[in-house]
Amino acid sequence: MIPNAGPDRDPLGLVVDHAEVVVCTGSGGVGKTTTAAVVAIEGARRGRRACVVTIDPARRLADAMGIDGLTHTPTRVAGPWPGELWALMLDTKATFDALVATYAGGPEQAAEILDNRFYRNISGSLSGTQEYMAMEKLYELHAEDRYDLVVVDTPPTRNALDFLEAPQRLTRLLDHRLYRVLVGPSRGLARAVNVAAQTFLRTVSRVVGTEVVDDAIEFFAAFDGMEAGFRERAAAVLQLLTDERTAFVLVTAPRRDVVEEATWFADRIHSAGIEVRALVVNRMQPRFGGGSATAERRRAEALRGTPLQPFADNLADFATLADTEEDHLRDLIDRAAPAPVVRVPSLDSDVHDLEGLERIAVHLFPDARRPE
Amino acid sequence: MDPAQFFAASRVLIVAGKGGVGKSTVSAALARGAARAGLSTLIVEIEGKSGIGSLFGRPPFGYDEVVLHPGGGPEGAADVRARQLTPDDALVEYLEDHGLHRVTRRLLSGGPLDVVSTAVPGIRDILVLGKVKQLERAGAADLIVLDAPAAGHAITFLRSAHGLLDVARAGPINTQAAEVVEMLTDASRCQVLLVTLPEETPVNELVDTAYSLEDEIGVSLGPVVVNGAFPPCPGLDADPATLTAGTDHALPEAHLSAFSAAATYRRHRSQLQSEQIERLRAALPLPQLVLPYLFCTDLGPAQLDELADAAAAGIAALRALPGP
Repeated sequence: MIPNAGPDRDPLGLVVDHAEVVVCTGSGGVGKTTTAAVVAIEGARRGRRACVVTIDPARRLADAMGIDGLTHTPTRVAGPWPGELWALMLDTKATFDALVATYAGGPEQAAEILDNRFYRNISGSLSGTQEYMAMEKLYELHAEDRYDLVVVDTPPTRNALDFLEAPQRLTRLLDHRLYRVLVGPSRGLARAVNVAAQTFLRTVSRVVGTEVVDDAIEFFAAFDGMEAGFRERAAAVLQLLTDERTAFVLVTAPRRDVVEEATWFADRIHSAGIEVRALVVNRMQPRFGGGSATAERRRAEALRGTPLQPFADNLADFATLADTEEDHLRDLIDRAAPAPVVRVPSLDSDVHDLEGLERIAVHLFPDARRPE
Repeated sequence: MDPAQFFAASRVLIVAGKGGVGKSTVSAALARGAARAGLSTLIVEIEGKSGIGSLFGRPPFGYDEVVLHPGGGPEGAADVRARQLTPDDALVEYLEDHGLHRVTRRLLSGGPLDVVSTAVPGIRDILVLGKVKQLERAGAADLIVLDAPAAGHAITFLRSAHGLLDVARAGPINTQAAEVVEMLTDASRCQVLLVTLPEETPVNELVDTAYSLEDEIGVSLGPVVVNGAFPPCPGLDADPATLTAGTDHALPEAHLSAFSAAATYRRHRSQLQSEQIERLRAALPLPQLVLPYLFCTDLGPAQLDELADAAAAGIAALRALPGP
């Protein structure tokens, strides 16, 4: 259980100290991966055994974390901390393959599935598979008991919350009428009932070619008997996500479009019965002086024609930006309440080393770095 | 280069870039620019929620085509129209076009696209691109601006046609994929404009994307659009404190230091941006269109015109560059 942050407590510090799982979510390009990395490192700094699962990080950040390619198992990242830091870049297909192997009746059934072309398509491209596998990996790592804290960033899809539904997506596919028809011949009764579905199948064959349909039939036949295992696992993953040991951190930037998406996320997370533990707003523009945009524009007007005018205009420009950003964020902050808001200023350069991550950590975990 | 000539170079302009670089804004500005140059323009949006409607001061639009900016006016502009195109819409239309109307409704009742798109990876993308190709062939507009999916999906999206040629080796999908490949690789029909911000990671990703698109898909790349560059702001070099000395514009110390801090920040940021723009120029031999960062609360029609002006100015300057 993660204690609630009081007004003067470091909200993310509490998450790092007490959570077992942290899910960083938000739209693409808002700094989710970086935030996840900083959270995991902070865990290691605080003596925990932390593991961060990243999805498609920028190359230099991956280098900084010491991950140089897709891996199936975490790599230890050396650093000046008492705890441990492990990192892995999600390999969707390998994770899926391992899952199949777990639930297959034996190596033969597993091999049959892994060789199937339809399966290879699913493991690479069924919408939501990446999200599904990210959550699966998260579950595995958490269950392994080798880590105290598992941090994951969600894939940068437009519907980044697919991961909440992703585990059910495959089971839904398996439940689909089409599946029943495909495995129908061995199940007698279904056959006669599903004339309509057979028509559908013929149609699909006509559009995409019979090869594709044959592959699919073979796949579903090979998969027979494994649905129950998959369904159970999907339920367990969802259970972990909604568990109170899991903390959701919603990451956003102060741009209007991104905030709109984040607001939608906040609502979705909430309706899934999950509480947002913290809202991280990256790339805030600085405010100089402290006057509102209107006040600064008025001042610039008064200085028109003087050499100070460009300075006043420039200051007013940034005041406008800062006002706009706060304006955009207002509604989101209300909806995410009582989740605390952590603002991170726009940095001079991109993060590509541990030092850069520390520059962000200063803002995410201010208390830990405040001079005594 | 004359903007009319630039926009007439191909009928389809695919605008791609990672999330957050302002791809939709750039799509809208280019569409407006093309319309002002006299080309009737159709914006095709794939993912919804792009906010393109509000840039034109209009409500969001859906599958049905709407006019975002009627033509006319002193400059003799053409219309800017827009529509959304989701894979589901495209699938229904595709099936209907293939005489499968009755099946269609049944299909839609049970999340069918998941099943079909599982069976045939890339089908969502090919349906959308196939529809764009159909619009292009039908001459739906002088210029079709496609606001492509975000992030690394642009490559997957554009690669879908090639992939499908392997998966569905016969039948209508195969034909569709072959025709899309033909369109994508024909520079006189289709160009891809990549959008980035003048920042390190987006620039790196753009360079990678550019090479992948050219090597793997064989599309023709138009100029790179660098969005959000701080416009020049002359007069910020001096120390504001010395400027007030001996004048009657005495200001409190706090104001002067805020002036100074803001000016330093602006200069510093502009410098970092110029470095990234230079780096992009060195890494990628493509002409650049630089669009300004607008310091304003919300982008609307006035700001869109400002961006269209900047795009037109950038295009006019392209002439100075050596040809390919």
